[in-house]
Amino acid sequence: MLDDLKDELTEAERKALAQCRHAVLGTERPMRLDCGVDLGPFRVAYQTYGALNAAKSNAVLICHALTGDQFVADDSPVTGKPGWWESLVGPGKVLDPARYFIICSNVLGGCMGTTGPLARDPSSGQPWNLRFPVVTIADMVRAQAALIDHLGIEQLFCVIGGSMGGMQVLEWAASYPRRVFAAVPIACAARHSAQNIAFHEVGRQAIMADPEWKGGDYRLHGTAPERGLAVARMTAHITYLSEQALQRKFGRNLQDRNALGFGFDADFQVESYLRHQGSTFVDRFDANSYLYITRAMDYFDLAGAHGGVLANAFKGSSTRFCSISFTSDWLFPTRENRAIVHALNAAAANVSFVEVETDKGHDAFLLDEPEMFRTLAGFLKGAAAVRGLA
Amino acid sequence: MSLAAPIRVDLQIIADMVQSGRALDVGCGDGALLASLVAKSVDARGMELSQAGVNACVANGLSVIQGDADTDLRDYPDDAFDYVILSQTLQATREPRRVLEQMLRVGKRAIVSFPNFAHWQVRFRLVFGGRMPETPSLPHKWYDTPNIHLCSIDDFRALCRDMGVRIERAIVLDRNSNRIHLPPLLSNLIGEQAVFMLRRD
Repeated sequence: MLDDLKDELTEAERKALAQCRHAVLGTERPMRLDCGVDLGPFRVAYQTYGALNAAKSNAVLICHALTGDQFVADDSPVTGKPGWWESLVGPGKVLDPARYFIICSNVLGGCMGTTGPLARDPSSGQPWNLRFPVVTIADMVRAQAALIDHLGIEQLFCVIGGSMGGMQVLEWAASYPRRVFAAVPIACAARHSAQNIAFHEVGRQAIMADPEWKGGDYRLHGTAPERGLAVARMTAHITYLSEQALQRKFGRNLQDRNALGFGFDADFQVESYLRHQGSTFVDRFDANSYLYITRAMDYFDLAGAHGGVLANAFKGSSTRFCSISFTSDWLFPTRENRAIVHALNAAAANVSFVEVETDKGHDAFLLDEPEMFRTLAGFLKGAAAVRGLA
Repeated sequence: MSLAAPIRVDLQIIADMVQSGRALDVGCGDGALLASLVAKSVDARGMELSQAGVNACVANGLSVIQGDADTDLRDYPDDAFDYVILSQTLQATREPRRVLEQMLRVGKRAIVSFPNFAHWQVRFRLVFGGRMPETPSLPHKWYDTPNIHLCSIDDFRALCRDMGVRIERAIVLDRNSNRIHLPPLLSNLIGEQAVFMLRRD
């Protein structure tokens, strides 16, 4: 039954849940969130590829980014577009379902089937909307750990993710060191920088300034803050690309015209492109979810949670780490990734670090980057040999 | 990459010195030494300045990070490794003494190999040729050499004395990579390179 928590599911949630598995967790004992609220029961929507081996030693957890979802390697039931990490996951790919049991769950606070602000507060019977407790990256990971318990898996062979997914990987390694054999944080940071918080705040303000947002209760009013959410997406999208990539793709090219229009239509291709990014995003993403998930990233500060010393987060860790950054990523630049590596060194952890040369900016981790694939293949092969995976 | 592939003689000597435990190879290049250490179950990690070298190592399943011997050993805690290895790199560091100190802080032992600047070919070329030495182990022109702190075997021994570091083993190789067993004065003339195993006293 899709609606086992009596939530009034959105169309996107309904489509998502129809195409993936889900678990209702926290039924016996609610989950204590970082903000102090007890949440439960809650639903986690997840997708799996491949099969768990008899020793339960081949599970790989993929953590998705801010606007990602559980549909890593199959067509999105909402947009019909291919899975967001099909370049990495699939038959013959680096993460091959013939070899690994691959799991990806929609994050807590998300809008693709896992409990978030769209869900109903069991105590009041009303939709949570902005009354949903503010969740953190650690809360997202707690929910994933509950799912992994539910699946009967003691230790994950690998936890991997980029951007916010990378933050979750770090949180996993810090909070559940014995449950993570190998960890691959890609294009991320151990704390969200002031600049990144600033960009998120612009996005949130755009949503909340939209009159259709209605203090977060837009569904009750039958409206949607689509313009605000589109602007939020447009702003964020710029941070995912590099200056070089924007210039290479668009330059100052005009859109469907030969001369400047002397008006405020999308004269330039780059404007048209951003508008398209914004308008397609609102069809698949919920505005309140966007507020909550960006907030979770802003709050992430792994060193802060460990006495101000990042190395303390990884003390005594026997996890094998592989960190990857991209030269043109200015959202999570190499120096942020290197700070993680330094901390892992200081904790004498087993860590590899590769910086991939590319002009594709932060988005590179989602794209066809052969150097990244080679690195991951080599790292996983080495880790699998030590773990005794055939 | 075959784990049984033959490796450079000085690397083989170093590999033979490390039988077990944890090792850090500083300046690990393409990972030849690391691979041979991992093959005999040493928990070996690498640090390499060139990104191409790092990427090649990681793609081969080795644990390597990009880093600089001069600056990045600082990030490791005391006694993190049983062995810290620096092969044919000491002469290219900005502060060799500081690097050695860091190696012996991070590791219980340090293994260092370097070309001998007092080798007879070097002396010959400088004394009779009047030119900066270029030899098989020092092939660079003076203006583009990475080797900014060259030393002789005797210089290195003197530094160890000065630092109060114990030399546990010293292996000197001639120009054909054969081990030579000669008194120090002659070793310093005939030896083309040397491998030292050091320990804090």
